[in-house]
Amino acid sequence: MFHKYYRPKHLAEALAVLSEYEGRARVMAGGTDLIVQLNKGDISFEAAVDITNIKELRYIIEEDGIKIGALTTHTDLAQSSLLRQKAPSLADAAGEVGSLQIRNVGTVGGNIVNAQPAADAAIPLMALDAVATIVSASGARQVALEMLYHPGGGTILDPCSEILTEITFRPPSDMGGGSAFGRLSKRKALSLPVFNAAVVLLPAADDKNIMDARIVMGPVARIPFRAREAENLLRGNAFNEDLFHDAADTASREAKPRDSLFRGSSAYRKKLAQVIVYRSLIKAWKDMGC
Amino acid sequence: MMKDLAFTINGNAVMVRIDPHTLLLDVLRETLDLTGTKRGCGEGECGACTVVVDGEAVNSCIYPAWKVEGCNVLTVEGLGSREEVHPLQESFLEKGAVQCGFCTPGMLMSAYALLQKTREPDEKVIKKALAGNLCRCTGYKKIIEAVKDAAGKQNKL
Repeated sequence: MFHKYYRPKHLAEALAVLSEYEGRARVMAGGTDLIVQLNKGDISFEAAVDITNIKELRYIIEEDGIKIGALTTHTDLAQSSLLRQKAPSLADAAGEVGSLQIRNVGTVGGNIVNAQPAADAAIPLMALDAVATIVSASGARQVALEMLYHPGGGTILDPCSEILTEITFRPPSDMGGGSAFGRLSKRKALSLPVFNAAVVLLPAADDKNIMDARIVMGPVARIPFRAREAENLLRGNAFNEDLFHDAADTASREAKPRDSLFRGSSAYRKKLAQVIVYRSLIKAWKDMGC
Repeated sequence: MMKDLAFTINGNAVMVRIDPHTLLLDVLRETLDLTGTKRGCGEGECGACTVVVDGEAVNSCIYPAWKVEGCNVLTVEGLGSREEVHPLQESFLEKGAVQCGFCTPGMLMSAYALLQKTREPDEKVIKKALAGNLCRCTGYKKIIEAVKDAAGKQNKL
């Protein structure tokens, strides 16, 4: 519940309202998560600052890497031909969120700030080594997506004084690499992931060896989780299916999913991690144009 | 504090006096008496409350009403009437895509938004567009057939 509703047209205006309320006003974008939390009584604040009227924060452009405005919707991401070509993991993942009605309204910024451990857009963005720009009344700062999360859950961003404005990353295709996303849920729509994973593979100059690999999985920890041991195993070795099998096994061992009546047992989801990480590695390899 | 919200509903300009936290579904059903739009789950999981805002299907049950300020909102009442049935509604009737009817307004609005954007959607595209609308009676087959049928008579839509 809230008692005031603001719809500023400009960022400065939004920041001014937040300052005025000194922590009692909260930023809202599409509201697809926030309204549900409000209705359940999980959260409450005095004023809602709906930022979706700030039109300049909705874009996907290529300019020294890819830049995405925080108010870009999941539908925008899923339909972007630029992302389809240069970061298909993100376009695919965005297309899996909720339903069309949710994707039309929910924003990429909201997906990140809401900090669900298996947020479908945040998982590939973390694998893409994305950086978030956060603006407050005292200025702007850039934070690697990975550093945005508290290890215990949630983000370091304060939605009562700060606004996430932009996400940037260097597309793997610019470095000859590839990306992929994999997901399993109970149904094909309107269903949270039982497991999801995104991978990025970057080749060395010789094209035969892996220069860098990033594997991010959810929900296997309180926040999106990087399978660092699996990444290390891949780094410096030649691309091949056996190596991908080993890396997927390692990622599965690193994953610590909880037993959940809703999402399935830990053992089942560790097995899923093995299968989905392997398939995603193969897919990312193919995305490299091999 | 209540304030006046101005928007267009089914082609008519309206002004309603609402609270800051009022949701679009409540404006439609309670203030404007447009009860064709249904409240299902109330949390964006079933699509019974789907309406079209500036051409996009949205769940009105989790949509703050103030978001539609200055926008065009279309509900099932604006699609057709008993006297003038919309070709899409005609297809739903002809193909037997309606059983209890509770999901039908939402299905129609999702289908309408799709057909406005995509002239010849194939089955996969139709399924993807309707995936946010749950029906607990029919099993979807006839609903998909109805949308295909309606797509075939696009000149009338």
